[in-house]
Amino acid sequence: MLGLNKRDTKFLLIVIALTAFTPFLMQPFAQGSAMAQFNGGYPDLMQRVAIFGIFAIGFNILFGLTGYLSFGHAAFLGVGSYSAVWMFKLLSMNIIPGIILAVIMSGIFALLIGYISLRRSGIYFSILTLAFAQMSYNLAYSVLTPLTNGETGLQIRLDDPRILDSDKASTLTNLFGMNMSSSYKLEVGSHLFTFNVGFYVCAVIAVIAFYISLRIFRSPFGLMLRAVKSNQQRMSYTGLNPRPYTLAAFVISGMYAGLAGGLLASMDPLAGAERMQWTVGGEVVIMTILGGAGTLLGPVLGAGVIKYLENIFSKINESILHSWFAFMPDGMEDFVVGVFSVFTGKGWHLTLGLLFMLVVTFLPGGLVEGGKRIMGLFRRKPKIDGDDTEHHPKKPPHVAE
Amino acid sequence: MSNSKLTRRGLLKSGAVAGAGLAMPTLFTSNVWAGSHGGFTNAPSGGTVTLGFNVPQSGPYADEGADELRAYELAVEHLNGGGDGGMMTTFSSKALDGAGIFGHKVEFVTGDTQTKSDAARSSAKSMIEKDGAIMITGGSSSGVAVAVQALCQEAGVIFMAGLTHSNDTTGKDRKANGFRHFFNSYMSGAALAPVLKNAYGTDRKAYHLTADYNWGYTTEEAMRSSTEAMGWETVNAVKTPLTTTDFSSYIAPVLNSGADVLVLNHYGGNMVNSLTNAVQFGLRDKLINNKNFEIIVPLYSRLMAKGAGANVKGIFGSTNWHWSLQDEGSKAFVKSFGTKYGFPPSQAAHTVYCQTLLYADAVTRAQSFNPCAVVEALEGYDFDGLGNGPTHYRAEDHQCFKDVLVVKGKDNPENEFDLLEIVEVTPRAQVEYAPDHPMFAGGELGECNPGA
Repeated sequence: MLGLNKRDTKFLLIVIALTAFTPFLMQPFAQGSAMAQFNGGYPDLMQRVAIFGIFAIGFNILFGLTGYLSFGHAAFLGVGSYSAVWMFKLLSMNIIPGIILAVIMSGIFALLIGYISLRRSGIYFSILTLAFAQMSYNLAYSVLTPLTNGETGLQIRLDDPRILDSDKASTLTNLFGMNMSSSYKLEVGSHLFTFNVGFYVCAVIAVIAFYISLRIFRSPFGLMLRAVKSNQQRMSYTGLNPRPYTLAAFVISGMYAGLAGGLLASMDPLAGAERMQWTVGGEVVIMTILGGAGTLLGPVLGAGVIKYLENIFSKINESILHSWFAFMPDGMEDFVVGVFSVFTGKGWHLTLGLLFMLVVTFLPGGLVEGGKRIMGLFRRKPKIDGDDTEHHPKKPPHVAE
Repeated sequence: MSNSKLTRRGLLKSGAVAGAGLAMPTLFTSNVWAGSHGGFTNAPSGGTVTLGFNVPQSGPYADEGADELRAYELAVEHLNGGGDGGMMTTFSSKALDGAGIFGHKVEFVTGDTQTKSDAARSSAKSMIEKDGAIMITGGSSSGVAVAVQALCQEAGVIFMAGLTHSNDTTGKDRKANGFRHFFNSYMSGAALAPVLKNAYGTDRKAYHLTADYNWGYTTEEAMRSSTEAMGWETVNAVKTPLTTTDFSSYIAPVLNSGADVLVLNHYGGNMVNSLTNAVQFGLRDKLINNKNFEIIVPLYSRLMAKGAGANVKGIFGSTNWHWSLQDEGSKAFVKSFGTKYGFPPSQAAHTVYCQTLLYADAVTRAQSFNPCAVVEALEGYDFDGLGNGPTHYRAEDHQCFKDVLVVKGKDNPENEFDLLEIVEVTPRAQVEYAPDHPMFAGGELGECNPGA
């Protein structure tokens, strides 16, 4: 189906099912129970997981396939957000024009930055992209203030023209009349599940993005990109010029980032310069590596884990910890809370760092490799060329073969 | 590898899947924020009500954020009937009775804004969507306050701004669901000008260093217009990036510019560093145009004065509130804050404590948590006993009007908290302005939004 072989079709269907049931999967605990703190099934977080999933899928096309490590993808995320918000201000609160312009603008930016940066490879390429991201950030932060509204961020105003909209009083983003913030709440016993329009819009786009990436991975073009990663020199000697391929991959992943930026703005119509800071570009690198670079599902997993940690762990403050450990004697309670508070609340970065360190040390293939090893424990005969849920790039055949 | 043959069956199958995917969102059309029972966002159910405290716990304003959080916790304790009641005992409205807000016990959630609009909005959204917060308060940067205020307007909850001094918060970015107790750049300029005129005369040349963001711009604008009105000349105004830590390269040109006054439109860590650099360059010992070189810091806080140490001696600035005030409200607040934490509160702590009390009081007077009822109760409200004397919440822009303090770095501090002395309490009438004043024009409150 859809130009995929049977195994990939099954894989895609699993991904679609996982996405569709996210509101259940991320809300495993009953409301009001002690574990409700760890529920993540509220619209904002689900949207972010889907959006950063798209961002990471796109990044993986560049990093996972060609091995070019870009620290500058935050710039495209920001460009996408600014373009989308400008469309909301000028044309309509309907998200379609915003998303389209976001993808086009980020594609143009990626072409410019990629054309220059890709003249170098390895660490020099990384540094160049980092420099471009920092330049874009500074431009957005102060130089281009009339266009970006500087530090405050670009926002929707009641007196914006919005020439296509008949209802000027509504500043909520919508898709042909469906508000992104609308949700249906389902109460099953003490469980509460939220089905949010915005999330499902992101989810549908994420599945399409995933499908496109799957096709790229399986295409001759994808094979060329893998060739760039495994041995660029050999590729040149064969008479192939790697530049057009890497540039194409760079632009595609830039457009993915722009799409993610446009969606971020569609869910919450605000574009701030922080979105372009290199730390955001670093975050997507961590997502991809944490999940498993070069695998199809890895980046999405990584994005989910990081966004979950960021939103859930960062909200565990000391008073919550005290309520957890209230059963302990006083001195011991304070000690345990003291230890835990280092890793929660504002210290969630430390937890992330530890997790990242452990994964890189013990599971160089990321969380996907972890999953594969666990699966391997339950399987009698390990398959040689992997199974459906893992799509490591195949080892390039030796020249002599 | 890619078998992209298009068959009729394949097309039908693909079309069906794509169609189902596209149709899915239409199944869900009711509103998330209408989920509860009261016809407005997050109507409290059961005996509790949740407030969201969204403050910077990391980044350049983390000190202010930590102090704000202490004050919030104190306010919750007092609202729930604990402690000594603090300013609830001196507040002119007696609606609050120590049984929570309108019979609901107060609970709270906290979040980290990281002094970034994006992170702050995300954190506020999770408070509204996940924790069911009915009111969001906090912020220690005007950019963040403006961003979160807009979010609360869309979501249909009340936003009680914390430490935000930019004109825009209640100027061009004002919102019906947002309220500010803190003073603003215009008021700083208006309060400082007469004091500066008495101290330094009318024939001065000023050089501005301005933090390169929203708050810096409006503060520079306010300082320029109020000092130029009394005859000062502005020689130059230079913008400095917010992340600057070494201001030497910005200070050196000041000496050759012919200016005899340096205005530092900086806050927090920025001000500490720029002032220290300026003093190290010996600016204050210089004699230019036969006048002593002077430095002015429009927005002062005790936390900043502490950071800059002896360098603040004799430097003028303005502040919203200071713990050494001797009215009943201030004394009660300093006493209960000091008892709990062991040191006096900062102006950030004071303003957020007031905001929490004002919200609770408005709900109780309105007999409803509905944001529109709360807005109505706060608009045009006159109150007293919260440390700033008689105060008025203006209906046109949701800005509080009260006396402004002009302070000076103390020459002989008695202890580590006694760093500022109050030079003058500028009366409210002198800092008032029309809601459509040019510095505030261009915004409209819009309609209050109850969500639902």
